[in-house]
Amino acid sequence: MAYLPHTPADRQRMLERIGLSSLEELTEIIPSQLRLKRPLDLPPALSAYEVERYFEGLAQRNATFSQGHFLGAGAYRHYIPAVVDTICQRSEFLTAYTPYQPEASQGTLQAIFEFQSLICRLTGLEVANASVYDGGTAVVDGVLVACAQTRRSRVLVSKAVNPQTRQLLKTYAANGAFSLQELDYSPQTGQTLLDGRLDPQVAVVVLQIPNFLGIVEDGPDLVERIHEAGALALVAIPDLHTLGLLEGPGSYGADLACGEAQGAGNPLSFGGPYVGFLACTSKLMRRIPGRLVGLTEDSQGRRGYCLTLQTREQHIRRDKATSNICSNQALCALATTVYLSLLGAQGLRAAAKYAWQNTTYLRSLIAQLPGYTLPLSGPYCQELVVQVPAGQALNLNHFLACEGIQGGYPLGEDYPELSDCILFCCTELTRKAEIEELVTALRSFKEAY
Amino acid sequence: MDAQTIFEKSQPGRLGVMPPLSDVPLPSQPPMWPSGMGRQEAPPLPELSELDVLRHFVGLSQKNYSVDTQFYPLGSCTMKYNPRLNERMAALPGFTQLHPLSDPQQAQGALELMYSLQEALGEITGMEAVTLQPAAGAHGELTALMVMAAYFRSRGEERHLVLVPDSSHGTNPASAALAGFQVVTLPSAANGLVDMLALESHLGPQVACLMLTNPSTLGHFETQIEEICELCHRHGALVYYDGANMNALLGLARPGDMGFDMVHLNLHKTFSTPHGGGGPGSGPVGARGPLVDFLPGPLVAKGERGYHFMTPSQSIGRVRTFWGNFGVLVKAWAYIRHLGAPGLKAASLHAILAANYLQELLKEAYDLPYPGRCMHEFVLSAHNLKAEKGIKALDVAKGLLERGFHAPTVYFPLIVEEALMIEPTETEDVETLEAFAQAMLEIARQETAEDLHQAPRHLPVSRLDEALAARRPVLKM
Repeated sequence: MAYLPHTPADRQRMLERIGLSSLEELTEIIPSQLRLKRPLDLPPALSAYEVERYFEGLAQRNATFSQGHFLGAGAYRHYIPAVVDTICQRSEFLTAYTPYQPEASQGTLQAIFEFQSLICRLTGLEVANASVYDGGTAVVDGVLVACAQTRRSRVLVSKAVNPQTRQLLKTYAANGAFSLQELDYSPQTGQTLLDGRLDPQVAVVVLQIPNFLGIVEDGPDLVERIHEAGALALVAIPDLHTLGLLEGPGSYGADLACGEAQGAGNPLSFGGPYVGFLACTSKLMRRIPGRLVGLTEDSQGRRGYCLTLQTREQHIRRDKATSNICSNQALCALATTVYLSLLGAQGLRAAAKYAWQNTTYLRSLIAQLPGYTLPLSGPYCQELVVQVPAGQALNLNHFLACEGIQGGYPLGEDYPELSDCILFCCTELTRKAEIEELVTALRSFKEAY
Repeated sequence: MDAQTIFEKSQPGRLGVMPPLSDVPLPSQPPMWPSGMGRQEAPPLPELSELDVLRHFVGLSQKNYSVDTQFYPLGSCTMKYNPRLNERMAALPGFTQLHPLSDPQQAQGALELMYSLQEALGEITGMEAVTLQPAAGAHGELTALMVMAAYFRSRGEERHLVLVPDSSHGTNPASAALAGFQVVTLPSAANGLVDMLALESHLGPQVACLMLTNPSTLGHFETQIEEICELCHRHGALVYYDGANMNALLGLARPGDMGFDMVHLNLHKTFSTPHGGGGPGSGPVGARGPLVDFLPGPLVAKGERGYHFMTPSQSIGRVRTFWGNFGVLVKAWAYIRHLGAPGLKAASLHAILAANYLQELLKEAYDLPYPGRCMHEFVLSAHNLKAEKGIKALDVAKGLLERGFHAPTVYFPLIVEEALMIEPTETEDVETLEAFAQAMLEIARQETAEDLHQAPRHLPVSRLDEALAARRPVLKM
């Protein structure tokens, strides 16, 4: 059998030592009526070679559009340097458990410490944890922290926050964790409207920057008004990359920055595994979920790292813990740590700038394209809402797919008022020729219909 | 200096990997961010060459113990071999470069994989439907408890209590609390299993659910499990299966047949996907009967025109963005396809064999507070060693690290004093088990407490001042 080291002689010796003569006797503890008397109904076992052929066949039935890809909307295609894969496939990182024995886990612990540090540096906040499941659950975690801190239970979330994140918040709200209301956005600029919606019951206001419509919110102004009402400000960050150009939310006073670091070092991989991060002010430190690594000394005075403030966690506090999280996304956080180290200050800034330049070029071409308009005037970063010929959003994407182009995200299902709109994304990987091919295809589509 | 961080190795102006230059015409004006939103300077990231970065992280990796380098008998964690075949399959570009919002018609390979895995996990656990969304075991628990809460709400039943045994994983009560329930802890019987009288006395119209691990965290099969489930059902309560210990039961017995209503599995334990230093995991959740309609959406369904996403009629909604930790699902499916039904059953049988063999080798030198045939793991105690020689479970753990083995889980389950919870898994050969037993026996018979307090001596650091870390938290640089 695959992966089993036992020879018949080994098995015999082991069974004899425990006083048995067959493997089946090991199951006699299970009441007879519960023992499965038939084989599991699973497809037949494949050899390793056959497994590869079978999976290659499955993978080939997915279209990945490596030449011309304009889909973002919460998952972003960036370049992943080879060193990221090399490190993440290192046995000692890949096959280690949570660093509960610190002397034998200094590599993982220091890498987490560096991840926490990088997230703090980019978000401008004082504390970051060792990762949570994804950008959506990070926002929920942040909201729970804010409710606990303010002892309030009303949550305002902008409609310009990722619709899937809002769905997730609704799941928790329906279960009674808090009450949830949505904030409109300006149909002209695409920026969140806060007027008259704040009151002393509001625990936290959830914004996203850049927001789901690609627009950069006026963070300093919104945060100031949120604080005036005594609520906390949570800024969701859909792509860590954008912090190469934009200020971290901490710099303009946000209390929590919760987001998705997939774009920094992790592949699209059909939606996971990704890596959520949660950063906050030091005032909120003891309320946050998840693991934290701290610096300390060993018995000889040498620098070392260990898990700390564990009295917040489930394995110590059980039902009094700040969260139930145990496994997180450590290896994905490692990918992000290596990625940010490789790109460094200049690389991340350049990548974010190129994404903005490429988006600007696409915008300038679409502005001149008959039949297409740009309904939102607010400042953008790497995504654009484009209004396409009426009733044609889905047809357009099919047309583009036939041209070998991955179109953008049709907004109609989440935003009925934007039913003819598609969200296009450019990253630093988008080439001028690809942009021009997209625009050519958009023109042909308009002419054909 | 020891343990220098990447920040301390940074040199201003040094470049690592640069992105491809943008080849579009330069915009005529700079970005028009709102005031205070644009970064004035480059972000405060380290600056190193590519080789510097590679060496830094390879150097860090060398400070870790791992399954690929050491025996790692961490109880309840199922640190079995993580096949490299799985890694290669998850790295196929057709998977890694697939955008989660692709048109499902253009992602049929991925959807077929997810559908097949849902079906297989349903068969393995005896559940009718499975969601692959939860990102980890604890996330699965929370998901299931929210499903149960929604189910009771739909019936107008106010059940706000969840029962957990005192031997349970910490995530069980934490998940129940996070899902809005009050937690009631059930004392275990003298044999470590569920105390039927205590259970019956706690059941009533307010109890929503009993959360149970089977085999228990002591590694013993809950022999009265059918009666337990029947008793709960008679009082209108549901029974939840914490799948942490499913590696004992593949193809041997199914939670659904025992009477459990919902389960979670840990693909990163039972189905061989690597733990990655703490994640990513994957915690699929299965349900039976009316609970199926409340599962989070979307699930993958099979229709006339191929595979598609669908959301159950009374779904609690999403529990994460997108569809699940897909890359982990690929690895688990590669494992199941390679082993097939006979291979999975053999894996569990040999996991039980290895645990019983090791228990036999160690039960003289250490206390075995709950004797008898174990399943895939067993729990020893250093209680006597502590009394006689001052050697605690923690000292045993550090002595093992010094001898080149990862330590067992210590101080869990909470009902065992000075607990050492050992799960050898099926992928370790008999020589490794014997070498480990030898090290455990040496520690028990030859070591002094004074000597062990110095352990581990040959690792990158000796024992750490954890109190200092908590008293004066330094969490970043």
